[in-house]
Amino acid sequence: MAGRVEGKVAFITGGARGQGRSHAVRLAEEGADIIAVDLCDEIPNVAYSSATEDDLAETVRQVEALDRRIIARKADVRDRDSMKAVIDEGVAELGKLDIVVANAGICVIAGWDETSVDVWDQTISTNLTGVWNTVQLTAPHLIAAGGGSMILTSSAAGLKGLPFLTAYVAAKHGVVGLMRAFATELAEHSIRVNTLHPTGVNTPMADPRTMEKFGPLLEAHPKLGPMMTNLLPIESTEPRDQSNAVLFLASDEARYVTSMEFTVDAGNTQY
Amino acid sequence: MAGQLEGKVAFITGAARGQGRSHAIRLAQEGADIIAVDICKQIETVGYQMSTPDDLAETVKQVEALDRRIHAVEADVRDRDALQAAFEAGVAELGRVDIVLANAGIAPLSLNPVPEEWQDVLDVNLTGVYNTVEVTKQALIDGGRGGAIVITSSTAGLNGIGGNTPGGLGYTAAKHGVVGLMRSYANQLAEHSIRVNTVHPTGVDTPMVVNDVMQEFLEADPQMGQAMANALPVPMIDAVDISNAILYLVSDAGRYVTGVTLPVDAGFTNKK
Repeated sequence: MAGRVEGKVAFITGGARGQGRSHAVRLAEEGADIIAVDLCDEIPNVAYSSATEDDLAETVRQVEALDRRIIARKADVRDRDSMKAVIDEGVAELGKLDIVVANAGICVIAGWDETSVDVWDQTISTNLTGVWNTVQLTAPHLIAAGGGSMILTSSAAGLKGLPFLTAYVAAKHGVVGLMRAFATELAEHSIRVNTLHPTGVNTPMADPRTMEKFGPLLEAHPKLGPMMTNLLPIESTEPRDQSNAVLFLASDEARYVTSMEFTVDAGNTQY
Repeated sequence: MAGQLEGKVAFITGAARGQGRSHAIRLAQEGADIIAVDICKQIETVGYQMSTPDDLAETVKQVEALDRRIHAVEADVRDRDALQAAFEAGVAELGRVDIVLANAGIAPLSLNPVPEEWQDVLDVNLTGVYNTVEVTKQALIDGGRGGAIVITSSTAGLNGIGGNTPGGLGYTAAKHGVVGLMRSYANQLAEHSIRVNTVHPTGVDTPMVVNDVMQEFLEADPQMGQAMANALPVPMIDAVDISNAILYLVSDAGRYVTGVTLPVDAGFTNKK
């Protein structure tokens, strides 16, 4: 049976590990070739370990094990020149571009009064400007291909004001605005644009060093704890749950789904 | 390759034709057995031809051609007892239920409106959905395997469209109302791992939309026709587009998706 995205090419940011790697593998399982970028460098201020070049090599290995092609490069979503170079190289090599997954993101947990200018700047530039760079630089290729699908990774924190994440919440809400605006302007080219809103996902970003930052803050502000609750009886989703939504949105099954906030959040935003 | 719904059973209202039949077939293609109900009768305030027993028989034929089982019953979603009986007979025959699609609906839109349209459309499109969830939810809970309920709303469940007739206003009110039902049920049933979502189609190529009465209604008000245009360059979408969205929502791929209003609307809502 032909895969659900057979013959398509997908560009994925933050593809070295976590959700990004999972998206690359899931789309490759269904027949897509992949262009992947990741910073693969030390990120200041975050509590978790940063992705490495070895992580990106592992994504390459897993995609190639599925007999799909992958072009993977170290690139920073904040650096338009290097992003453009990778996109152009990938499209030249793989022939076209149909799917864009703007997944790269960082997360720093801190109370509002302890959020530094550095944290604000790096979060907005990666999680918001990085998404704008990704969409604006790839859109011409999707237009050339006669249409396509873009999935922008937001968060439950893109729909509600989760605590101790001011910069992250602002950036992830901003991604929703970007999505709506691009959905409007790109519709005439049959390009669909949607956001993905995960609750907690079992990835290196959510390792115990990250999550323990919430501990003292929630103890000091106990009323805010329930905002983290998932309605469904689970603590966290798996990357593949997010990838299954990305796959649906990327595939022709969703050919008339656009400008949607797609929550894969176990009900978190409904609580 | 095993289907995405192998071994599951889906209860579908309004399954004789249109979107309901498409859902039955798409879910059956992925391995589900089907319990199908449809009124198969005319409602007086509805201007277009409603479904018939022959339509329901055609759904049965198409599901059985896929080597799946189907239990089909003529029943009106407004009649709680009849709906309950149809559902129980289906579960008795097919052994379980995992998926509920509250799809049955009417669109009494015409240039010669009558006051009774209001109550009829609320009874079918809102109370009918309530009845559908009420008669099925305990069986989903008792199954102990969780489950998925999808309610068919509309772009008119998110936007104030539909026109200024009793039927048009009622349609928009009912389709908004089911979003409230969905959110309440999503909260109440989450602890049982039962997920509840709505889908919001733009115009779909089915007998409810593609008929002389609806065309006359839309053409009489060019401004409304303009306002009804999709953003993506497609005038009308196919029933299978809604079925594919529902398949995702009810399959294990969507196991953590609940409380969602899923537009399959070619960008219609974003334009508003």
